[in-house]
Amino acid sequence: MTSELLATVTVFVLALLVGYEVIGKVPATLHTPLMSGANAVHGVIVVGVMLVAATTGSTTGYVVLFVAAVFAAMNVVGGYVVTDRMLEMFRARRSGGTSS
Amino acid sequence: MSTASHLLYLVSAVTFVVGLHLMGSPATARRGNLVSAGGMVLAVAVTAAVLVDDGVMGGTALLVLVAGLAVGSAAGLVTARRVRMTAMPQLVSLFNAVGGGAAALVAFAEVLRAEGVLDRAGVSLVLPTVLDVLIGALTFSGSLVAVGKLAGRLPGHPVTSSAGRLVTLALGGVAVVAGLVLLTGRGGTPLLVLLAAAALALGVLLTLPIGGADMPVVISLLNACTGTAVAMAGFVLDSVVLVIAGALVGAAGAILTLLMAEAMNRSLTSILLGGYGTADTAEAVAATGNVRATSVDDAGLQLAYASKVVVVPGYGLAAAQAQHELVALCAALEASGVEVSYGIHPVAGRMPGHMNVLLAEADVPYPQLRDLEEVNPEFARTDVVLVVGANDVTNPAARRPGNPVSGMPILDVDRARSVIVIKRSMGTGYAGIDNELYTDPRTTMLFRDAKAGLRELLTAVQTYAR
Repeated sequence: MTSELLATVTVFVLALLVGYEVIGKVPATLHTPLMSGANAVHGVIVVGVMLVAATTGSTTGYVVLFVAAVFAAMNVVGGYVVTDRMLEMFRARRSGGTSS
Repeated sequence: MSTASHLLYLVSAVTFVVGLHLMGSPATARRGNLVSAGGMVLAVAVTAAVLVDDGVMGGTALLVLVAGLAVGSAAGLVTARRVRMTAMPQLVSLFNAVGGGAAALVAFAEVLRAEGVLDRAGVSLVLPTVLDVLIGALTFSGSLVAVGKLAGRLPGHPVTSSAGRLVTLALGGVAVVAGLVLLTGRGGTPLLVLLAAAALALGVLLTLPIGGADMPVVISLLNACTGTAVAMAGFVLDSVVLVIAGALVGAAGAILTLLMAEAMNRSLTSILLGGYGTADTAEAVAATGNVRATSVDDAGLQLAYASKVVVVPGYGLAAAQAQHELVALCAALEASGVEVSYGIHPVAGRMPGHMNVLLAEADVPYPQLRDLEEVNPEFARTDVVLVVGANDVTNPAARRPGNPVSGMPILDVDRARSVIVIKRSMGTGYAGIDNELYTDPRTTMLFRDAKAGLRELLTAVQTYAR
């Protein structure tokens, strides 16, 4: 293994641990928004699509690139917007009722 | 440029972590999502700057990329804005599907870039490529099946056959062998395509046998899988921000999956094996006895003269968009001195917390919402339980072994003095079995659409109210 790869593997493992810790104890009512929020975060694949675009040059490559770009953009934009809509209602409830 | 971009990517990775952390508490959840979105905008902006700086991207590629991003963004924005909150679970699953698909396609695009790159590259590139394509493609088709089941386009009940299981095993074998051969540096792109095809079929075959009621857990698991696929894409492209965000979602999604399974009192293994309904169900529970139908006037009278009413809302309420009618009815009952509360099953609706979101939208006072543990001891003291569009979560058959709902925590509706069920027909719920509650002598059925039925009940209650 090269030292760069070793560094990336280290980052990968540590990020797994952070993901494990960051969730912790979450009330059941927040499970759905949290899943949706995490769903939006993996829309970061849009960065990957942009990076491969730099080296794409064949017809097949363009087709793959186009589909990947549509998919990734849909994931990231839709993911954040729908999560925000869900959480908007939680805020409405907070101000309406007494807090738990 | 390189140092600056690296540091900025680190900043966006940090916002993802902070954002997810803030989303764990109701008060800060919305801010958390915005923080995370800000980090995403930063990551995209940095990438754009890096690409401009490098200046190696061809004009056609740029055009294709921008067109694709525009189409995808528009589609995502419009569907996310327009979706009714009742259809939200399948939309989340759809967004997850396309994310997995994009992750797999990124690996393909990287391989297509140079002919034979798979044969020349070492294990350090081939392994993440293989995993990315395998997990990404499996998530794509699996999530689409989940969408179909939640939207009612595919049968919600478990689809199982022993032949299907054999095919699943065979496909799993094909995928493993293809992956191993690729790792030895042979096969190239055609074999990677075969691997992707096997993974797509596997995704379908693994998800079909799982019952609709378990779909939320499955979606969460597939969400974690997409995260892992994205992290693998990060290894392929040597992009640290993809590795961090992907691993973060992978681990967080896995924990969330376990939490959800726990909330439903189901073990993950039994869900994945299609345990919900693998038994031959037809003979296990057959409704015996007579169903008593009631009229709006009788039901209204019953409600108006009760002293304690518990409402059990289910997906049918949400599907009929009748939450506002329900809240109006409950307000009228309270005004005439009836004690009203809502019994919310953890999986009422289609996902944990879904019903709370829907009722919050209709301005239900928060203290009236009771969860399963709080409300179950209250049923014995309850005069009337009004079940609106809930089915499996009230089925007393769950207390006995040997049927599809066995072991599922239920609301002990049948312990109340009387039960009124608003339902359009005698159709079965997600689990596909008859509900014994309906033939209980204390139960009466009001065969109406939830919205119309609740509106008529309100009129009746106002007439009879003391």
